[in-house]
Amino acid sequence: MAINKDMNLADPLFEPAPKSVPSRDGFGKALVELGEADPNVWVLTADVSESTRTHWFAEKFPKRFVQVGVAEQNLAGVAAGIAACGKTVFISAYGVFSPGRNWDQIRVSICYNDVPVKIHGSHTGLTVGPDGASHQALEDIAVTRVLPNMVVVAPADAEEARKAVHAVAKLPGGAYIRTCREKLPAFTTEKTPFEIGKANVYREGSDVAIFACGEEVYESLKAAEALAKEGIDAAVIDCHTIKPIDEKAIEEWARKTGLIVTVENHQVAGGMGSAVAEVSGSVYPVPVVRHGVYDRFCESGESFELLSKYELDAEGIAKIVKKAVEKKKR
Amino acid sequence: MADRFRINNLKKLKLIANTIRQDVLRMLFEAKSGHSAGSIGLADIFTALYFNVLYHTPKNPDWPDRDRLVLSNGHVCPVMYAAMANAGYFPKEELLTLRKLGSRLQGHPHRGMLPGIENSSGPLGQGLSQALGMAIVAKTERKKWRVYCVLSDGEHQEGQTWEAAMLAGKYRLGNLTAIIDRNNIQIDGHTEEICPLEPFAEKYRSFGWHVIDVDGHNIKKIIDACEESRAIYEKPTVIIAHTIPGKAISFMEFLTEWHGKPPKKEDLDTALSELEKQRDSIETDDF
Repeated sequence: MAINKDMNLADPLFEPAPKSVPSRDGFGKALVELGEADPNVWVLTADVSESTRTHWFAEKFPKRFVQVGVAEQNLAGVAAGIAACGKTVFISAYGVFSPGRNWDQIRVSICYNDVPVKIHGSHTGLTVGPDGASHQALEDIAVTRVLPNMVVVAPADAEEARKAVHAVAKLPGGAYIRTCREKLPAFTTEKTPFEIGKANVYREGSDVAIFACGEEVYESLKAAEALAKEGIDAAVIDCHTIKPIDEKAIEEWARKTGLIVTVENHQVAGGMGSAVAEVSGSVYPVPVVRHGVYDRFCESGESFELLSKYELDAEGIAKIVKKAVEKKKR
Repeated sequence: MADRFRINNLKKLKLIANTIRQDVLRMLFEAKSGHSAGSIGLADIFTALYFNVLYHTPKNPDWPDRDRLVLSNGHVCPVMYAAMANAGYFPKEELLTLRKLGSRLQGHPHRGMLPGIENSSGPLGQGLSQALGMAIVAKTERKKWRVYCVLSDGEHQEGQTWEAAMLAGKYRLGNLTAIIDRNNIQIDGHTEEICPLEPFAEKYRSFGWHVIDVDGHNIKKIIDACEESRAIYEKPTVIIAHTIPGKAISFMEFLTEWHGKPPKKEDLDTALSELEKQRDSIETDDF
């Protein structure tokens, strides 16, 4: 089967690949749009305004921008205080530091207070590349999705990140948005739907359903193309919202294909794949093969080298999926 | 708009503080757990705040122009609940539900559960940051309301408190008053033995704060210090309120063992009769 036309993805989708844009650009752009539309939107950062693209907001709305310095715990707390005054607050830092370093502040000052603070973790996953393992946020989904009053979103490209920012801004409570540093093919378009909690089916398929998030969505689409040539019919689902996860989609595709493979640039423990497996396990148990980083710290290297080594590029994903499908047939 | 909820008569304020102490003891006795010494030691400060300093309307707790009181060391919430009930936020009978199933009076305060509570707290070191966020909004939007933040001394061992102190200096938040309960005790002993906080005042001064040292049991001086802080425009103010943990209960004063335990029945009876005697002498005192 083929690409779902209702999703209005870029055309052509593969040859040539759509222009590459960092997803954080979509984040920064959306903040400016929000700032223009709503005087109650505030943005805070912890000494990373340019690399998180919050400097665009800061230039336009300096009075609603707070630079707290290298202090992520204070970042979360000050944001909670501002939000308690009726503001919608975005805080932006690298994922390893926020939510990595301020989890208790997020838990109590943001989630337990139940105030609208939206946490942006940038530079997540392996694709932060040469900075090495200390800077590769591979646990951020796990630590945020366990918190009450929290929504977790991992957009697949810049346009989806832009839509995600607008969507979480409308929510009453906390949210976590994860983006990465690397430029990603801008394969979704303005017309591609986006709804919190509703997974997007980009490719239909009957042998296996690949649930992916973040930069792994496009890689999975490429993998599905390659698999089709080998006679494997893989569906590809953009599971951008990890919490609340789309239980309906998981059940539907578990029934349709009898096999789920999850792909994420994150530890396999506790991430999107775990969330999918939890749902499948209770509503329609099928094998759920969780692909990602397997309980280890990784290393320095160029993004594409790391994705290749850790089998998170199209080729690696195709290999994992093929193995899973073969095992299912046995 | 609302009138300032304000009592200036010192005798009345002292009687209120005495009532709050009695309420706190009964609450903790009923709850069978909780933090006695800090709550009792803060009775005079919370009396000053709720009955003189704060602009607030207990019957309309969400009044947008109210002063914000952020409690950072949530474990002393019994004294805050007692002050709030006496000020009219909720019926006094409810005080005895503290820490019980179904109560709005959680073991540590929860925003949204009890009207008038500005922030959830418990894990130490998080209050000043939130107070700062509120003060930045008020300053940016030229609001008249002020932000007060009550902190413990022990929680200054948390790094986040100093992150917040540093940023408050940057924004020159003249609308922020922090009040530190300097009672020198923490769970494992005395602060200066566990991890020294002194020189406390110098630390804050070097971070760009206006510092006032005050006797934390002298209600008039607490009020005066808060008034002084209102007149400082270019800096945040910290009031280091020197208190005696368990103040006014003879067998509780100064003892770290009373930090985290409630009174037993005989403790309660002794403490209440001591407080009743003090009440009589307040009544007859010449003010």
